[in-house]
Amino acid sequence: MVLDHRFQATDNFRSALSIVVDPIRYIVNLPSDAIDWASGSFVSHSTLEDQNLTLKTQNQLLKAKLQKYASLKAENANLRGLLKSAKKHDEKLERVLVTEILSVDLDPFRRKFVINKGTSHDVYIGQPIIGALGVMGKVVHVGPLSSTALVITDASHSIPVQINRNGVRAIAVGMPKNNQLELIHQPNNADIMVDDLLVTSGLGCVFPNGYPVGRIIKVETNPSLPFAKITVQPTAHLDRDREALLVWPTFGGNKQSDCKGPKEEEQ
Amino acid sequence: MSIAQKHGTAIIVISFLLALMLTVIPLPDWAEEIRPHWVMIVLIYWSMALPQRVSVGVGWSMGLLLDVANDAVLGQHALALALVAFLTNNLHQRLRVFPQSQQALVVFVFCVIYSLIILWIKGITGTAPSVWLIVTPSFTTAIIWPLAFVALRHARRFYRVS
Repeated sequence: MVLDHRFQATDNFRSALSIVVDPIRYIVNLPSDAIDWASGSFVSHSTLEDQNLTLKTQNQLLKAKLQKYASLKAENANLRGLLKSAKKHDEKLERVLVTEILSVDLDPFRRKFVINKGTSHDVYIGQPIIGALGVMGKVVHVGPLSSTALVITDASHSIPVQINRNGVRAIAVGMPKNNQLELIHQPNNADIMVDDLLVTSGLGCVFPNGYPVGRIIKVETNPSLPFAKITVQPTAHLDRDREALLVWPTFGGNKQSDCKGPKEEEQ
Repeated sequence: MSIAQKHGTAIIVISFLLALMLTVIPLPDWAEEIRPHWVMIVLIYWSMALPQRVSVGVGWSMGLLLDVANDAVLGQHALALALVAFLTNNLHQRLRVFPQSQQALVVFVFCVIYSLIILWIKGITGTAPSVWLIVTPSFTTAIIWPLAFVALRHARRFYRVS
């Protein structure tokens, strides 16, 4: 147990055992798969038409936004050129893979979930998982056909973040009780306001930078305490999403293994 | 004992797999907190009915599978289940003649021992929940026990597992 907890020495043994456990997980997942299939198959024509229309509009809007993004990118490069500063990060897009979250329960006292991709899809330990609206967590154990991921609101999880408005860096630690996060070690006079958006800072070489993590919902300052108590609501639907994206991040063109930086996260 | 024919290994394996499935089936939060220890129920039954076949080794292996299924520290359920199997094996002759209510009481005590071992290991690894939360499934396990006992005994007699 010490070997497993402290040194991750039993990872191979664990992934071998998961060959037995995986079929059980997939069988347990079958009913919710069946419900998904049924609700996909037995829809009326008009509902589909409506949905199609909404998706088309949404697609148009996103495309329009993307055009703006291209021009912004060029402008940013120009400004950087004027300032003669080095290019900040690689423009190459990260490789992503859509994965399904299996509906199985794990330890009720931890925030974890199982995804249906494993080593056969190049999933590795420490890989970030991102939902449609924000960061969800990272992979902690991989098996051949499934992997387990730790949610950002687990008590043992911390994520390096940055406030989008002014670039203040902080570390957000999970608070499993309310499924929220907390910013630790921020002084009482830090420039942090309610409704600020937190994005990943890319420090720590685990999460790529620039993905939304959460919004600040409460800032409590108590002069008798050294630090402010700052509560963050994650933007991702941590307990509702059935699908997520696995990301293979690039850190300034480097692979994760080549990235040198302080390892801030535990587990 | 050594000459006795082994029958119905498949039934034992299937019952353990069913217990594992019941352990990972998704439930709402309130029900998750009182989910019975299914694997332990099946283990206690088989190591009471067939102590020469199901004992500490099976308990240990099922515990390892439970660790992987729950994504817990490898070995915590294994240790707890091996201990439960050992206790049941030692007491199997007494357990067999107990009325079901008394059996349920013993199962409850085993559950508490099991939960405390898990709590102890969780405490060492720094993720300990409150004592009450970890002990509540013991009550549901004891309540479920008579039903599970009757079902498993029926299966054992029907398929002549020995």
